[in-house]
Amino acid sequence: MQTVETRLRTETITLNMGPQHPSTHGVFRMIITLDGETIVDLEPVMGYLHRCQEKIGERNTYLQNIPYTDRLDYICSMSNNLAYVMAVEKLAQIEVPERAEYIRIIMVELTRIVNHAVAIGALLNDLGCFFTPMLYALEERERILDLFEMASGSRMMCNYMRFGGVRYDLPPGFMPELKSVVAALPAFIDEFERLLTDNEIMRIRCQGVGILPPDVAVGYSCTGPLLRASGVDYDIRKVDSYSIYDRFDFDVPLGTNYDVYDRYLVRIEEMRQSVRILEQAIEQIPEGEVSVKLPRVFKPPEGDVYHRIESPKGELGFYLVSDGSTNPYRYKIRSPTFINLTVLPELCKGHKVADVVAILGSIDIVLGEVDR
Amino acid sequence: MPFLNDLFVNLSYWIHGFLARFLPLWAADLIMMLLTIACLIVFALITIMFINWLERKVIGRFQDRYGPNRVGPLGILQFVADAIKMFTKEDITPANADRVIFNLAPVMVVVPTFLILAVLPFGRGMVAADLNIGFLYIVAISSLTTIAILLAGWGSRNKYSLLGGMRVVAQMISYEVPMVLSALGVIMLTGSLSLVSIVEGQSRVPFILLQPLGFLIYFISAIAEVNRAPFDLPEAESEIIAGYHTEYSGMKYAMFLLAEYINAFIVAAIAATLFLGGWQGPSLPPYVWFFLKAYAIYFVLMWLRGTLPRLRIDQLMGLAWKFLVPLALVNLLVMGLVATLTQGKGLFPLVLASLVANGLIVAAVVIIYAFAMRRRRQVEVAA
Repeated sequence: MQTVETRLRTETITLNMGPQHPSTHGVFRMIITLDGETIVDLEPVMGYLHRCQEKIGERNTYLQNIPYTDRLDYICSMSNNLAYVMAVEKLAQIEVPERAEYIRIIMVELTRIVNHAVAIGALLNDLGCFFTPMLYALEERERILDLFEMASGSRMMCNYMRFGGVRYDLPPGFMPELKSVVAALPAFIDEFERLLTDNEIMRIRCQGVGILPPDVAVGYSCTGPLLRASGVDYDIRKVDSYSIYDRFDFDVPLGTNYDVYDRYLVRIEEMRQSVRILEQAIEQIPEGEVSVKLPRVFKPPEGDVYHRIESPKGELGFYLVSDGSTNPYRYKIRSPTFINLTVLPELCKGHKVADVVAILGSIDIVLGEVDR
Repeated sequence: MPFLNDLFVNLSYWIHGFLARFLPLWAADLIMMLLTIACLIVFALITIMFINWLERKVIGRFQDRYGPNRVGPLGILQFVADAIKMFTKEDITPANADRVIFNLAPVMVVVPTFLILAVLPFGRGMVAADLNIGFLYIVAISSLTTIAILLAGWGSRNKYSLLGGMRVVAQMISYEVPMVLSALGVIMLTGSLSLVSIVEGQSRVPFILLQPLGFLIYFISAIAEVNRAPFDLPEAESEIIAGYHTEYSGMKYAMFLLAEYINAFIVAAIAATLFLGGWQGPSLPPYVWFFLKAYAIYFVLMWLRGTLPRLRIDQLMGLAWKFLVPLALVNLLVMGLVATLTQGKGLFPLVLASLVANGLIVAAVVIIYAFAMRRRRQVEVAA
């Protein structure tokens, strides 16, 4: 067969997606080189929301930093609180009362459900659903935020955890409400799955898109659902158990095809596992104190410490250097989505423009945390 | 209720007669024509306002929220607020835009939409122009929209607009083929392109019972033809902002919105006319039946929009050329055979044979699909 040489000269175009764009989840920018609709190259540009969080952290006292952690990943303030508070507790070797540990687990697992529901909703928005899954997710989130409000007084910027416990004990009426929310969650997840999991369009849009092989995922030090969807069994709650996670019985879901669809499935399954943890925690929670008495001027001993937790988005770690004064000498945040985001160009090349937003949605970023 | 049934037709006769008393006949005819045009345009504007409100309300309900409920009872006056907002917005022409093309496009996109209204039979005798090539006219006129949208995408000098414009051309040209092929089945049965004759041909049985498959193909390609979800790629918000109308603001943007909603309604109305029997129906006045059917189809459009994610451009083209076009061709062939074989044998054999034939086509598609899936799995396993 004779090959026909095409005389038509074509050019690639450079498209600036963001910083203002409906599906970059905030002020994130991608410089995309396009050949028609196909991605030739993609360069993520971060830093539009940089607020000097780490420098501010050095200026603040240890206690003053807690509300700042709320504003890292503003979807899940509770788990940010926990990571920071546990780092300081490790530094100053503070024991936490048992009831406080249970309250923390309950709050953090509720946060995980909120985050995954919103992440899936946002992914579906990116795929072109007209807000329906997103609003279903937000409706369930409202009920959980009501619980947060009962406990901490705030819905999103909870600022609830303290060194050696939590700020307040659970108010009366919290546990019955929590039980009813947790009891309703499986039905919500089932409904979500009925709407999405077997949806033909959802499948052809997600399956085989944005494949992240395990070795690449580990090479980029991805964590969280992104890594587990790539089939790597790495959940810090299991491999480096902290708080009282060793007392609970739960599974770590893993992906088999390493694509966007697997990330969706892993998130759905993690929500179910969180419900399991919550059910056990509700059963086991003891009575007692929720915080320990600390000196008014809190000065941890000299030294440095790194503590990490499995936040809903991945490994969230705080590295603190103390010089024995009231302020941390160095306050470093290892934010999961910033590091997960570095793998984006790897995932997108060769796909279409429409896939970029789906892949970005499946990584599940929050710019407050990426740029800090 | 003969009075209600022919209300609008009698009204037009009465006005014509009234004018003819003190005007020459040609002048009365001319005034009647202008009056009809004015009526259609006003009707279109009212429809878009109502549809806009209805869609927001219905999708709101799908999403467990109220939808507009601030302005007027049930938020019905929301469109007034929206219209005022649109009119008062700054009218921006981007500095690098091709001014003539940029400003021409919004007008060009609206005109074909109004032109199509001329041949729609809203009720018995309620058609502005009973063209004997009615359906061909619709196909021809609606193709003009493609050019207008490409102009908008090109003239904006914006990469998102350009991508949107390219998508429109690819999509609308591709989906016109299965749309026309599936409608041909209906035209074959009536032997006429005139929409009025098509409706009259359905006095005994609506064509959806004879050609359910044809209706499905028509419906799917019609959704794609008017860029509605799940085929709303040209204006995919999450990907390319607003596609071809990214750079438009104020009234020009409102024009695109107007064209879009009216087109969606027209497509529903044509589907009702071709397959659901148009204004035919018992007891209620014909025009009520027509609107009931059109809005029922439009409700499905809203339903899809509230439920489904969007296809990708290659999947969209694949669906048109690899699935809908072959299926429409097979459907056309089989329906032609059925119509020829049962000619003159009465209604019952025709309906029965059509349904059996449709069932056979669907069964064949399912078997071929299953076979292809098995082949693919075997190839994957081998690889």
